[in-house]
Amino acid sequence: MKVKQISVFLENRKGRMLDTLKVLEKAKINIRALSLADSSDYGILRLIVSDADNAKKALEKNKFTVKESEIIAVSVEDKPGGLSHILELLDTAGVNVEYLYAFVEKKDNKAVVVLKTEDLDTGINILKHAKVNILTAKEVYEL
Amino acid sequence: MIWNEKYECMPVKEREILQLERLKETVFRAYKNIPYYKKRFDEVKLKPEDIKTLKDIKKIPLTTKDDLRQCYPFKMFAVPIEEIVEIHTSSGTTGKPIVSGYTLNDIEVWGEAMARSLSMAGTTKNDIVQNAYGYGLFTGGLGVHYGARKIGANIVPISAGNTKRQLEIMQDFGTTIITCTPSYALYLAEAAKEEGIDLEKLKLKAGCFGAEMWTEKIREEIEKRLKVLALNIYGLTELMGPGVANECKEKKGLHIFEDHFYPEIVDSETLEPLEEGGKGELVLTNLTRQGMPMLRFRTKDITCFHRSACKCGRTLVRMERITGRSDDMLKIRGVIVFPSQIEKALLEMDGIEPQYQIIVTRPHQLDELEVRVEASQKLFSDEIKIVEQKRKEIEEHLDRSIGIKMKVTLVEPKAIPRSEGKAKRVVDMRNM
Repeated sequence: MKVKQISVFLENRKGRMLDTLKVLEKAKINIRALSLADSSDYGILRLIVSDADNAKKALEKNKFTVKESEIIAVSVEDKPGGLSHILELLDTAGVNVEYLYAFVEKKDNKAVVVLKTEDLDTGINILKHAKVNILTAKEVYEL
Repeated sequence: MIWNEKYECMPVKEREILQLERLKETVFRAYKNIPYYKKRFDEVKLKPEDIKTLKDIKKIPLTTKDDLRQCYPFKMFAVPIEEIVEIHTSSGTTGKPIVSGYTLNDIEVWGEAMARSLSMAGTTKNDIVQNAYGYGLFTGGLGVHYGARKIGANIVPISAGNTKRQLEIMQDFGTTIITCTPSYALYLAEAAKEEGIDLEKLKLKAGCFGAEMWTEKIREEIEKRLKVLALNIYGLTELMGPGVANECKEKKGLHIFEDHFYPEIVDSETLEPLEEGGKGELVLTNLTRQGMPMLRFRTKDITCFHRSACKCGRTLVRMERITGRSDDMLKIRGVIVFPSQIEKALLEMDGIEPQYQIIVTRPHQLDELEVRVEASQKLFSDEIKIVEQKRKEIEEHLDRSIGIKMKVTLVEPKAIPRSEGKAKRVVDMRNM
């Protein structure tokens, strides 16, 4: 149920994001989703990619600091209230969301939400219980 | 291993007799042959014959780097230029370089002092010494070279830089002793790891590291990463070069070769000699140098002495590792901070690479201190909150240890320039 995500430390310097993407391009790694969190001095680039292990290897070889972590990916109806429904479930159960990002999938009119809850297993249980469509790693990588 | 037991283990009283005899002789020659010293002596109405005991040395005026600059290039030489066989200079980063001249005998003495230093690290004629100090005007390269030659070791005069080649030779030749700056030692270990070299399998056993300030923590890191015994070596161009002092395997301070260099500690403000154990500025006097004898040279290096017996059997005084220089002491909002204090505090924390940079600025009439640290795996997370928390922990730890607020900035791995020679840890951007 958990999906691998890799995070990359980026200094706030011109061209660093591009450098990262070039490394992935060269390693023939396809990005499924990404988000960039930034503070005044640095940023954290979070990526869901087709091959997390190789992406990590390629980036580390190019001297990036990379961390692998796990997140939950769910598929929701691409219509008003789709996302708030998910958050409501977690909120009612008292589970904090550390961060989330989303992207829309045109093929079957769904939106994919990537989220990290304070406690991943609790988050998964709550969503499962409410019959939310949690995507498997395979499903996400093949989107 | 003791290179010269007679002089290194000499009873202190006996050595004092030798020192006095040599001091008198040096003072006499300096006064007679160097107009600068004659002038300084005359100004305070001092005659060479007034030096009757070792304690009388404090009557001699102190010599500074600036005094030496005034004598650029050859006015400090005590012998005719034909007698000089070699010249070295300091890097000249803070003005005109300091010129140092050596007679053939001075080079012999240098080799002797360096042989003693390298022997402390266990160097014998069966060893392969990879000398990664720079060869040239810098004293590091040739100083080590003369010492290793005296021992009869196999010297690989590779000089500084060209890291790939260094590692290749280390493996192919079976280097046993390495000599370079401590920062380069760390860099070599890092590069070896990147190349996938198993340092455990190499024959490397020890190294004499110096030419820059380093801490006990850095020693631990070098020993752990490079798998060697890491000993501290000290020296300076003005007096000779490397080999003025070196640590024995006890690692309880650096033994100063007192039969050649007379050491004193003075208060860096009042310049008065300090009692034993007092921390202050190291002042050195050449006792055997012919080409350019230095009398009471202010090294600006801060240390203190220990006279108690050393387990190694040497009777030579031990000076503590240099903890600062009176001239790279930083004054931040009135508080005195030495870069070595910051280094020590930083490396007490988990997950911090021994590569850092200190930036001093004065944006709004007030000094700001920024410490750049590389974002290692251990400091990084997918959540800003956690990274920020770790960054703040470092800030708080530095604040607690040093008593001054500073900003810690995380930079990408390898973003801090690695040096092949002396590392530049402090960038002072205040225009003062």
